[in-house]
Amino acid sequence: MSDDQHDSDKTAAKTEPPVVNRRKQQERRLVLRSLMLAAGVIGVSAMGYIPVARSWNPRLRPPGALEESEFLASCIKCGQCVQVCPVEAIKLADIMDGFGVGVPYVDARAQACDFSCDGLQCILACPTGALSHSLNYPAEIRMGFARLDRPDLCLAMLGKGFQGKIRGPEFDGLFRYSEIDRWKPQRVHDQEFDLEVCDLCVRHCPIEIRIAQCEAGEPPSGDVNQCPPRHAIELQAEDRGDGRMRMRPVVLDGCVGCGACEMVCPTEPAAIVIDIESTVERV
Amino acid sequence: MNFFKESLLQLLGRAPSKPKADDFTPAVKQIHFYKRGEKVSLEEIRAEHMGHHSHKWRNRRWATLVIVNLLFVVSYYFDVQLLEGALTASRFVGFHMADLNSALQVMLAFKHVVLNLLIGTVTIFILWLLLGGRSFCSWVCPYHLLAEFAEKIHLWLVQRKLIKNHEFHRGVRTAFYVIFALLALATGYTVFETISPTGILSRAIIYGATLALGWVAFLLLFEIFVSQRAWCRYVCPIGMTYGVVGLFSPLRVVYNVESCKHEGECRKVCLVPHVLDPVIKGRATDVNVPIGADCTRCGLCIDTCPTGSLRYEFKGLNKVL
Repeated sequence: MSDDQHDSDKTAAKTEPPVVNRRKQQERRLVLRSLMLAAGVIGVSAMGYIPVARSWNPRLRPPGALEESEFLASCIKCGQCVQVCPVEAIKLADIMDGFGVGVPYVDARAQACDFSCDGLQCILACPTGALSHSLNYPAEIRMGFARLDRPDLCLAMLGKGFQGKIRGPEFDGLFRYSEIDRWKPQRVHDQEFDLEVCDLCVRHCPIEIRIAQCEAGEPPSGDVNQCPPRHAIELQAEDRGDGRMRMRPVVLDGCVGCGACEMVCPTEPAAIVIDIESTVERV
Repeated sequence: MNFFKESLLQLLGRAPSKPKADDFTPAVKQIHFYKRGEKVSLEEIRAEHMGHHSHKWRNRRWATLVIVNLLFVVSYYFDVQLLEGALTASRFVGFHMADLNSALQVMLAFKHVVLNLLIGTVTIFILWLLLGGRSFCSWVCPYHLLAEFAEKIHLWLVQRKLIKNHEFHRGVRTAFYVIFALLALATGYTVFETISPTGILSRAIIYGATLALGWVAFLLLFEIFVSQRAWCRYVCPIGMTYGVVGLFSPLRVVYNVESCKHEGECRKVCLVPHVLDPVIKGRATDVNVPIGADCTRCGLCIDTCPTGSLRYEFKGLNKVL
């Protein structure tokens, strides 16, 4: 607009009749409009950087995910990992994740990865290597690292047992209990427990389950390579001299950060959680 | 060669150039000469169009578009490994396929190409090379279908003089293409994928509704009230990528000048009317002129033409089609 003003001032100064080249004017408007369109669209797309830069939504990524910025660069946002997961642990992020829109994540509290597929199906499905194809076995995965976030809530720490069903009826997390059915995922809430000391996190840990299977001479998929070399979690007795038998869930260096413990923790909020930023190497 | 150059320049955003006197073949010169003396009345044209109502290619195209997108949904829900993934990357009975533009964005951002992605990209390149390049847009892209409905509303509003259409310079799409490529390369994020309505819609169809659909809705409203088919015409780098593929594709629309009445109905229904420049009286440089790479092979012009002057052609296989 100010340009037009400027032009008309010039012509007025020369006291010549204003000559308006309509075609040129239209062309200039077209170019201006196009520049505005370009600025608008690029501006909107650049806004996707805000949630990433400020990490509005720190996400637990699926097994084998590359380091976060590489993961965002390499993910083609097709959801093939979502489709192959037998326990439907993988979800795709929405627009509030900015550049991370359509990128897969695991909401461990709602549905953790239980590694029951053995073969790391999501990694095999990934067409771009965003989930690194160099990993072959669950024990090699580093998604995050479990941490006893609320020892004051932990039933084992309080010396309590656990009777009944895990979490509320609206909780529909799945887990493949191989002693019930190797292939059909079961609803966690449908299971009845009667434990003298709560050890739900330990008994649901995919690494511990694998170690137990290997010790029983039945490695997962009949492959001894599936046997994890290190333990991931165990209960250790803690004596505070008050006569109560307290058990502390201690996370060990075999933890892969799958989130199964967080999913099955019966307290609200979960006493044990996954730290996304930390792995055993970084702890 | 001349066809490639003109076709590419139009794809990049230049207005169609008027052919020079020595570009015309003797045969077409003769036709143009006779047509100059021939008067076609408005009644005659109206009568032609009255007796011609075809939606053959549009219906086939819509059916294809719906079926392809439903295949993704069916494969996921019934866990049949037919077409897994989304439009950005998928697996057709196990074979990798990767959308060319999405793959390009990932390659530029990640700076590393795994074999599966390369296989998928080459597969899709060959597929759309055979099928016409931008035919991806009109025959597969779910946003194209929604935009077609939005366009109908837009045209209705324009006809009632309630709104005006605002055009942009087509060259801005080339600018977008370069900018998005550079952004991916420089930032390491697949920036375009964040706002790609094709990806957002495809994922929403398969994995369920998301808030990102709000952006798609905004784009449709923009196309209804501000600028006709703005995204496909002026922005989408996916269309640009497939346009380049289409440049070398044997599958294309061909225009035959002989019985054409030059009334221009085909240009009115066309998403990219600049490619139909040869149908303007006296512009065709040969009796048969192939339509340029920016053409989405949607077939609306073929449906609308009462004289059969436009048809699909697979170069070298004319008799089969």
